[in-house]
Amino acid sequence: MKDKKTLTFSIMDGPYEQARTVTVFRLLDNAARRGYNLNVFAYEGAVNLPFSKQSKHPNAVHGHDAAEEDHPLPKDWVASLIQTAKKHGGALDWINCGLCVDERGAHEAIEGCRRGTPGDLWKWAQQSDNTLIVGTR
Amino acid sequence: MKVLQIIDSAYRCTIEEQDDPAVWITHAMKGAGADLDVLLCGNAVNYAVKGQDASGLRFGEIVQKNPPKLDNDIARLIGKNINVMVYSEDTAARGITEAQLLPGVRRVSRTEAPTIFSRYDQLWHW
Repeated sequence: MKDKKTLTFSIMDGPYEQARTVTVFRLLDNAARRGYNLNVFAYEGAVNLPFSKQSKHPNAVHGHDAAEEDHPLPKDWVASLIQTAKKHGGALDWINCGLCVDERGAHEAIEGCRRGTPGDLWKWAQQSDNTLIVGTR
Repeated sequence: MKVLQIIDSAYRCTIEEQDDPAVWITHAMKGAGADLDVLLCGNAVNYAVKGQDASGLRFGEIVQKNPPKLDNDIARLIGKNINVMVYSEDTAARGITEAQLLPGVRRVSRTEAPTIFSRYDQLWHW
């Protein structure tokens, strides 16, 4: 694809407490389906998004066991976004801020997500068509 | 590439991190060769006020030894030749006078924003 875009996103929020992350995932999904090359720099709590030890649970209020509830896990969404990008001829590269990982003990990330530094964000931004920072509020 | 860091989310996790993450990443990326300036707006204009003291926090027996020094962190940005601006409307709304601001901080009006923004390749809003 001659006009393939490269977009960089920086996310700052962890899973579950707010809606910004889901909004970013919607944008990533849309861009992945267009075959764009995508970079995600996870900063602060966002390093927990691809944490591999997330697990599903039953939900008594819903009357569901764990299988019926099929609770959404951000790590699965990240994995699916990586696969979707690949399927459509693009790529999704994910870097967790290493110091943020250390602070949170979030060392176990799913495949496709690696450790990096703010220097990676700057390098990506220089190589991208545009960069979207999604700070926390 | 030149980027303007627009920071308006203030005093969020500054105790735990002992700094502000948007200010911190500005220092870190500058160290990696980034060309950045900073515009403080909203409550974040207070980062540019001299003489802040967040010391004294104690939870149980744990005393915080390295409290955040936001004014010092902003002064260090200026020391690295990063232009630091604050919206004058936002300082005025919070009763912050020019004399209270760190030396080197430039007060700009929100009406100047389009002109200022046009000098940058990208705007990153934290």
